[in-house]
Amino acid sequence: MTQTSAQSTAALEALNLTKVYGTGNTEVIAMNDVTLRVARGEIVALLGPSGAGKSTLLTALGLINPPNSGRIVIGGTPVMDGPRALVDLPAFRRRHLGFVFQKANLIPFLNAVENVQVALEINDVPPRTARQRAMELLDYLGVADRADNLPDALSGGQQQRVAVARALANHPSLILADEPTAALDSHRGRQVMELFRKVAHERAAAVLVVTHDHRSLDVFDRTCEMEDGRLRGTVDTSTAMV
Amino acid sequence: MNLATKDIRHNFGRFALTTVGVGLLLMIVMGMGGIYRGLIREATLLVDRIGGDFWVVQGSTRGPFAEISRVPPILEDRVRGVPGVASARRFVSHTIQREFRGRPLRIVVQGLAWPDDQGAWLPLIAGRPLGQAHLEMVADRSLGLPLGEKVKLGKDIYEVVGLTSGMVGSGGDGLGFFTVSDAQSIQFDLPGDAIRLDRQSRRARAEAMDMGRVQPLVLERSAGMSDGIPALGPPMVSAVLVALEPGADPHAVAATIASWPDVTVYSEQQQKDLLLSGMVDKARRQLGLFRALLIIISTIIMALIIYTLTLDKVHDIAMLKLIGARNSVIVSLILQQALLIGALGYGLAYWFGTFAFPRFPRMVTIEAPDLLQLAAIVLGISVLASLLGIWKAVRIEPNKVLS
Repeated sequence: MTQTSAQSTAALEALNLTKVYGTGNTEVIAMNDVTLRVARGEIVALLGPSGAGKSTLLTALGLINPPNSGRIVIGGTPVMDGPRALVDLPAFRRRHLGFVFQKANLIPFLNAVENVQVALEINDVPPRTARQRAMELLDYLGVADRADNLPDALSGGQQQRVAVARALANHPSLILADEPTAALDSHRGRQVMELFRKVAHERAAAVLVVTHDHRSLDVFDRTCEMEDGRLRGTVDTSTAMV
Repeated sequence: MNLATKDIRHNFGRFALTTVGVGLLLMIVMGMGGIYRGLIREATLLVDRIGGDFWVVQGSTRGPFAEISRVPPILEDRVRGVPGVASARRFVSHTIQREFRGRPLRIVVQGLAWPDDQGAWLPLIAGRPLGQAHLEMVADRSLGLPLGEKVKLGKDIYEVVGLTSGMVGSGGDGLGFFTVSDAQSIQFDLPGDAIRLDRQSRRARAEAMDMGRVQPLVLERSAGMSDGIPALGPPMVSAVLVALEPGADPHAVAATIASWPDVTVYSEQQQKDLLLSGMVDKARRQLGLFRALLIIISTIIMALIIYTLTLDKVHDIAMLKLIGARNSVIVSLILQQALLIGALGYGLAYWFGTFAFPRFPRMVTIEAPDLLQLAAIVLGISVLASLLGIWKAVRIEPNKVLS
């Protein structure tokens, strides 16, 4: 794949991102000139030791922690130029991004289907349609039978599936996952990773997963490694480039 | 999907307890307004019911409800002679406190101008008006005296022949209706020793005077009963009530009586205004201030409750923001909960009040305009109370979801 064609199909382009916390003696460079592209339909693992800057990169790409410098382009739309937002960030997040975290972060007073439905209704989908689509997503992820259960009544794996369903609700072009299997056993962890792969390939979404779980790396199209705020390189060059 | 109701359903116990607390607080605010209205009603009840067109009181005074007013009973006859006056009645009012069966009994003693006024205008709930010139009384229910009860006041025993309801004085004490002469007997009753000492004192004064020495009859009279001494005369009354003839010119009648130098004349409305602007006014202001303080306290408590509820949801609000929720969604969640707490608290306050207010020692009158006003205040404080929570919620960053 050429540089040009890679850019034209890229769901995510992060160019020269830098993030510095603190000043003077307390200054920490959490992210140093990071450039990353992820194509549509591609699932990429982001590896690295604690403090390497993985979460900083993920939150910057999730438009909740603006970089000090660099550009972010999602689905061909420039969204950040340094710390400056180029679009309405909440609106952009609800239309184009999906998030999954180590904890499912389900809203405790909503049941499984409502946790998915709320993401759709926030995006102005009518309630009845939102309910129907939320049920379809739960069915797709194999938790439709727990639709009426509150998060407390769901297992960790079921909660994470509901969280994935919520992330997929608005057909995002980019899904960002921060250690989504850390709280799961290896079997369920692998199931979730395979689920991401399925989503990436079947729904043509770009999926970027921060993980420490080396046993599931075969699920990914590509892995990138961060260290000391820098993106060191990639393993496997099947579709995209760094 | 209504996030506010979903959250409430999930935390129903806490929400219910919060609402009950707010309801009790609002019940006190509602009660304060009711006590104020009750105060006005109690204060003006007698003036309203007794039905005099004019009150003739001691000159340069504001009448018996504001200060001591004493006019001679003969004023009744003078007033009757004014063209346009249909009738005139003596009015006697004073408060007494006696021990009755081991408890204090406070009665506002009202004198009825027997035989013209037998108390037929009284709102009786049992028994009958006064049927004889002496030793009968009509008591308000709040005095706790049953029909047929016999009460010793002064040297005489009075039988309760009728009962009224809601007839209380401006101090909240129940009214007792007697004939004017009985009311005066009660008012001017003195122990036997005091009377004897008074007579001896009079005799000593008379002996020290020329007239006492040269007129033995004066000495004799001074040691006798008070009504045997013309100079002492009959006891004074508090006021004279005037009823006009149909078609009479009230201004002309008032002007005639007002021209007498020893009295002052007030219309019924002026008497009520004097009552309200005088003794009731301070109580009204006190209650008003207390009510305002309670509203401020309610607002602060509601704000703290809403703020705490918001703090409990910081993570959920951050998650909603992360998935792109507009601020309006978050504001609506908090505002709706605040309004719901306010509305349900208001409803509970009203409901609690129906049980509590009738048990208050003073009359509590809840009127529709006051209820509407309080509803508007509750709406206002609910919105105001939610501002702190909204301020907090709007400032929550989506990345809080990671913490």
